[in-house]
Amino acid sequence: MIAGLSVLLRLALRRDRIMLPVWLYALVASVASAAVSLRHLYPSQGSRDRLALSINSNASLRALYGPLYETHSLGALTAWRMLAIGPVMIALLCQLLITRHTRAEEESGRLELLSAGALDRRAPLTAALITAGSIGLVFASVVLAVMLGFGQDVAGSLAFGLAFPAVGLLFAGLTAVTAQLAPTGRTANGLAGGALGTAFLLRSIGDAAGSSGASWVGWLSPLGWAERVHPYGGNQWWLLGLLVGAAAVEIAMAYLLLARRDLGGGLLPQRPGATTAGAGLGRPLGLAWRLQRGTLWAWAVSLIVFGFVLGGITKGLQQLVNDTPEAAQTIERLGGTTGVVNSYLSTCTTFVAMAVAVYAVQTALRLREEETGGRAEPVLATAVGRLTWAGSHLLYPLLGTFVLLEAGGLAMGLGTGAVLGDTGGWIGRLLAAGLVQVPAVWLFAAAGTALYGLQPQWTTGVWGLLGLLLLITYLGPAMNADHWLLDLSPFTHVPRLPGGAVHAAPLLWLTLLSGALAAAGLLGLGRRDLG
Amino acid sequence: MATAISVSGLVKTFGRTRALDGLNLTVEEGEVHGFLGPNGAGKSTTIRVLLGLIRANGGTVRLLDGDPWRDAVALHRRLAYVPGDVILWRNLSGGEVIDLLGRLRGGISAARRGELLDRFELDPTQRGNAYSKGNRQKVALVAAFASDAELLILDEPTSGLDPLMEEVFRQCVAEERDRGRTVLLSSHILSEVEALCDRVSIIRAGRTVETGTLAELRHLARTSVEAELVASVPGLADLPGLHDVQQNGTLLRCQVDAQRLDALVAVLTRAGVRSLICRPPTLEELFLRHYGGAASELEPQP
Repeated sequence: MIAGLSVLLRLALRRDRIMLPVWLYALVASVASAAVSLRHLYPSQGSRDRLALSINSNASLRALYGPLYETHSLGALTAWRMLAIGPVMIALLCQLLITRHTRAEEESGRLELLSAGALDRRAPLTAALITAGSIGLVFASVVLAVMLGFGQDVAGSLAFGLAFPAVGLLFAGLTAVTAQLAPTGRTANGLAGGALGTAFLLRSIGDAAGSSGASWVGWLSPLGWAERVHPYGGNQWWLLGLLVGAAAVEIAMAYLLLARRDLGGGLLPQRPGATTAGAGLGRPLGLAWRLQRGTLWAWAVSLIVFGFVLGGITKGLQQLVNDTPEAAQTIERLGGTTGVVNSYLSTCTTFVAMAVAVYAVQTALRLREEETGGRAEPVLATAVGRLTWAGSHLLYPLLGTFVLLEAGGLAMGLGTGAVLGDTGGWIGRLLAAGLVQVPAVWLFAAAGTALYGLQPQWTTGVWGLLGLLLLITYLGPAMNADHWLLDLSPFTHVPRLPGGAVHAAPLLWLTLLSGALAAAGLLGLGRRDLG
Repeated sequence: MATAISVSGLVKTFGRTRALDGLNLTVEEGEVHGFLGPNGAGKSTTIRVLLGLIRANGGTVRLLDGDPWRDAVALHRRLAYVPGDVILWRNLSGGEVIDLLGRLRGGISAARRGELLDRFELDPTQRGNAYSKGNRQKVALVAAFASDAELLILDEPTSGLDPLMEEVFRQCVAEERDRGRTVLLSSHILSEVEALCDRVSIIRAGRTVETGTLAELRHLARTSVEAELVASVPGLADLPGLHDVQQNGTLLRCQVDAQRLDALVAVLTRAGVRSLICRPPTLEELFLRHYGGAASELEPQP
């Protein structure tokens, strides 16, 4: 028995008593509403087969949702729709739970206080893993009950439900390892989040490439394994076993690392710092750059790599179109070969924009982090005004988002040009595609800034807003969601580039709305108490 | 002498909590002013109002002839602040933070910085997350003392410092006073306040209960007396101004109000004195008189 484990488990449940039910509810609701809308939209076998044809012949739809092979039951359709995104959400939740209860606690010094009690050094990690594992199993049971309620078979429903906690456990295990390596919760989350993003893109790339050759890429991603479980079809139980086995290896590694390191220490050694500050570090701008540059570089490098890869597989899309005549018909409706590539690239651009929206919120909320962490006070006690201080950080959601979207666009243009030719043309088109997403991304940062200035205790709520709108953007169109629902997402309003028509009006009002929200936040910040 | 800090009737509420409830504080230019109070009395809240980080709900606050909320940036050029709990950026070294805070304030003297690093024995190359509490405190102290500020606001600045470093701190404050700087020193360490401060203000539950020089405060308080007499003096306990009288034959122990000391000594001299020890109250006794003991004794003396 691990000393102190039950106390820590109760502490974790007490701390997460709001967050866990909210996530569970949101995830169960998306599974149930997917089932309801799919039953309504595709009642007959014929309609489901036509859906499969249109999905399987469209690279951008495959990239979004994965290919649809099994169409004989509502369960299979629901599983196909949810297994591309649901495991990502569960993985994200597990990752946050692990860092929150291990490295973040250690970093804050709270774990030191607890560790002085009768507490086994393995207790915090074990409690976090049990919490993450249990929430996954609770979710799997609810999914099982819901799918049985829809009259689906037990084996398929079990395989469907268990695919979520299996992926969750794998990313929990991965985060357990990064939490031993990284000295801060932020870095641990960043490493694990980067891995999750990579897994998502590898799965998308593999599915977009289809049978044209590069589909093996999907096997590199645990999310690709979860998708290939094929509930209600093949029920590939061994893939669930593979996920759990990989998780077990990671978890064993995490415990090994844990036993070999000091409390509060990472495994990456720290070099001594500079004796004096460089010339740049003497103004708020310099400080903000120093604090934000690491995040910006990490995002830029990832987006450039993925942009290039996403562009590089456009060649495969064209080959596929030429190969299958039925597919060619569907493609023709999309605007021919160029239409396919354009539609695929515009979907990829939306992906990139959704990722950059996460960066925008993350950097905008840095202000709140600095304030609650007590690091804003010493700066604001010098001759630095609040607006100057806030402005120096808000440059990152303002300009960093632009840089990232354009870096992604440039890389995608280079990748596309490398395989299709006309590099200059593609770069131009994809830079434009990235540019029109900027106002949509700004809106999230502006909402975060408004909350921060006016109602600081609700600031983290902007993550919920972001999650909800990303889910609507992602799942909404395929579920024939009502227009008003889709219209809530700023991504619905920006032009679909390359290929689509450009209207200036939505870009203008998104910019104005962002400006107004940010101004309201800054005005509030100027008037309220700090700290 | 001009006034550096002038606070009167300051009120600050957080929801239903009344953190400051009509607080008064006057700090003259060039003095070291002790700011005392138990945990939660409102010392840090007052300092945050003075820094313009939070806004007062009532009362008037003047700092270096400016409004701390409206003129925050201009005033901050002229002051340096050391928080009670120094939190550093984990990836910035101590030396970088000292330079950063100095430059954000408008400049830092390299020579003085180097001298202070030596005196406080601080390694400037360590990163924020590697410093102990005392060393983080030293980073903020070096940044403040190396600045050219007219006013130093120090919020429990020596928490975490070892006795040697506390001695260095005391020397630094004394030097600042000699150079004509004003210091507001919030502290729990009464010996520190006694050694450094010209005047003190004692606050409790958001109000000022005592303010003045230590001599003035002592005058309001009691002197403890221990005497061995030639003959016992009957009826001593009935003398006005005497408290806690313990008589054991010719031995006497008691407390006496400062203004009654003269009368007591006269009575004792008549009885014949073999030995006499008179001890003025320590700051600790002053402090305890306001925060400990029976409720009826907590009110300030008229």
